[in-house]
Amino acid sequence: MRRHPLMRILNAQTVALAGVLLLNWFLFPGFFDIAWQDGRFFGSLIDVLNRGAPVAILAVGMTVVIATKGVDLSVGAVMAVAGAVAATMVVDGYSAFTAIVVALAVGTLCGVWNGLLVALLDIQPIIATLVLMVAGRGLAQLITEGSIVTFSDPHLIFMGTGSFLGFPMAAVIALVLMIAVTLAVRRTAIGLFIEAVGINRSAATFAGIRSRMLLISVYALSGFCAAVAGIIVAADIRGADANNSGLWLELDAILAVVIGGTSLLGGRFSIPMAVIGAIIIQAMNTGILVSGFPPEFNLIVKAGVIILILVLQSPIAQQLLIFSRRNAGKRSTP
Amino acid sequence: MSILARLALAASIATALSTPLLAAEMTVGFSQIGSESGWRAAETSVTKQQAEERGIDLKFADAQQKQENQIKAIRGFIAQGVDAILVAPVVATGWDDVLTEAKEADIPVVLLDRGVDASEDLYLASVASDQVKEGRVAGQWLVDTVGDKECKVVELQGTVGSTPAINRKKGFEEAIAGHANITIARSQTGDFTRSKGKEVMEGFIKAENGGKDICAMYAHNDDMAVGAIQAMKDAGLKPGSDIYVVSIDAVPDIFAAMVAGEANATVELTPNMAGPAFDVLAAYLKDGTKPEKFIITESKLYTPADNPQGEYDTRKGLGY
Repeated sequence: MRRHPLMRILNAQTVALAGVLLLNWFLFPGFFDIAWQDGRFFGSLIDVLNRGAPVAILAVGMTVVIATKGVDLSVGAVMAVAGAVAATMVVDGYSAFTAIVVALAVGTLCGVWNGLLVALLDIQPIIATLVLMVAGRGLAQLITEGSIVTFSDPHLIFMGTGSFLGFPMAAVIALVLMIAVTLAVRRTAIGLFIEAVGINRSAATFAGIRSRMLLISVYALSGFCAAVAGIIVAADIRGADANNSGLWLELDAILAVVIGGTSLLGGRFSIPMAVIGAIIIQAMNTGILVSGFPPEFNLIVKAGVIILILVLQSPIAQQLLIFSRRNAGKRSTP
Repeated sequence: MSILARLALAASIATALSTPLLAAEMTVGFSQIGSESGWRAAETSVTKQQAEERGIDLKFADAQQKQENQIKAIRGFIAQGVDAILVAPVVATGWDDVLTEAKEADIPVVLLDRGVDASEDLYLASVASDQVKEGRVAGQWLVDTVGDKECKVVELQGTVGSTPAINRKKGFEEAIAGHANITIARSQTGDFTRSKGKEVMEGFIKAENGGKDICAMYAHNDDMAVGAIQAMKDAGLKPGSDIYVVSIDAVPDIFAAMVAGEANATVELTPNMAGPAFDVLAAYLKDGTKPEKFIITESKLYTPADNPQGEYDTRKGLGY
């Protein structure tokens, strides 16, 4: 049975997002106000898109990694590395374009390193990427020499604070990346290969999928995404903060993927839903900021909402929902 | 050159050399936490500078944020027979054994910047800033600046539950307590970082009528203030005049903001903890003068009237 298109949009994630946004509106009546100012949109909703973009970008790469039954803990550290590379290069007089290209290349290389550990040495992904999670931040601190490297290159700053058609550049980049990667995996057989490797790597290999190459590419994509996020975050504050850039964001990215309904056991995945997951997380953060709760409540509120979303998504809750619908259906038929 | 002139030259060189040589008899081991922040890096370089100025032979050990490394370093200093030890303790607990070892070896220990939960007679003195006072100085500046005008303050707190965040909040609240015209309208944590400071300020601006209702922004450190300044500029507000900006630490970038007219005041957390420590050590080693146990560094207020460009230039080289 084909579901009505409207029903396909109406899933746990979009309902949760609508719920969080409504809650924000309830706590802060001006939440949906959007003004046009200095050639760009201005408002809390725009903040949600702008601030949620780095995690959304991480989530794009993370979804694909998790779909192969892996995980990439190093994305936060890779963000710091990429930011540090871009910032030190523009400070040393290279053009913003060169700096960005090199930073993206370094991020991708970090991903390839993870991929080699996972695919060739068969190290468990959580351990393999933990290596770079620890070492990467040290590497970033080495590049910046422990201080915040500030820069004033307008092109690089544009990546973080600029706007395109009135929308924040970070959100536009996230959207483009999401669409590009989704098309690349869904309009080709790659998505199927990823799911196959995630469900059973040996079976997939026997079926003729080059699982090693696939795994390395998937981790490289995650590293690339992390580099994009790192450049955006550095550009946003006009400085590379090796100690704090991307700190704990790997956990937010994994959470976004999980909220998006992708199983940590590999297989079934959805990139747009993971991006919505990232926006849900950010909507909570922004909501807490405008609501005026004391900061001691931040984490408790966040945890409460996340538990609620995950319970709603759990197979048991879904079955109960279907069951009650069916029952309601029976009763209405005479 | 006559013999006399040569002799005079030789004598002058000898005296010039002998002064630092005499002082170099003092060897001090310094166990630093690591390089977790720009301030920490500045503390390290100022300590090295101070030691050099005084002709002290400084043995430096970086603990990379680990207590076991610090304990190892201190045991190493004891084995080398240094004259004194400086420690910036990474955590408060677990120091009794190693401090007792130092005491038994008759080596005085001075704590820098942070305290420890150990018996007071195990160390000679501790040099630290008074974080409550820092908050109070910042609050007092605001009280003096706004006078009787109504003033809604937004506060960017440090990491929830951290000692500096609790104390700097407390001090600021003490200073504005008697002034009903100054109220803290919103207070959230920016985790001491630039990006969180910017994000939180964006939220505050939205929540307070596009920022028009905000009279002043108080940040528990300069980095958050620098982020918040960018958020104000992005929202079309003028930091420094539309919204007063007051923060704590006195890192170079806040002086750059002052030069641009975007920050109004900062309270210094001096990276020179070692200077006072060396002073008390010199006095103690010379004739056994017992110093004050808890030495509090000055919490100096800097405003745009205090030559921010000059401060920026001198601080930039310290590794902040």
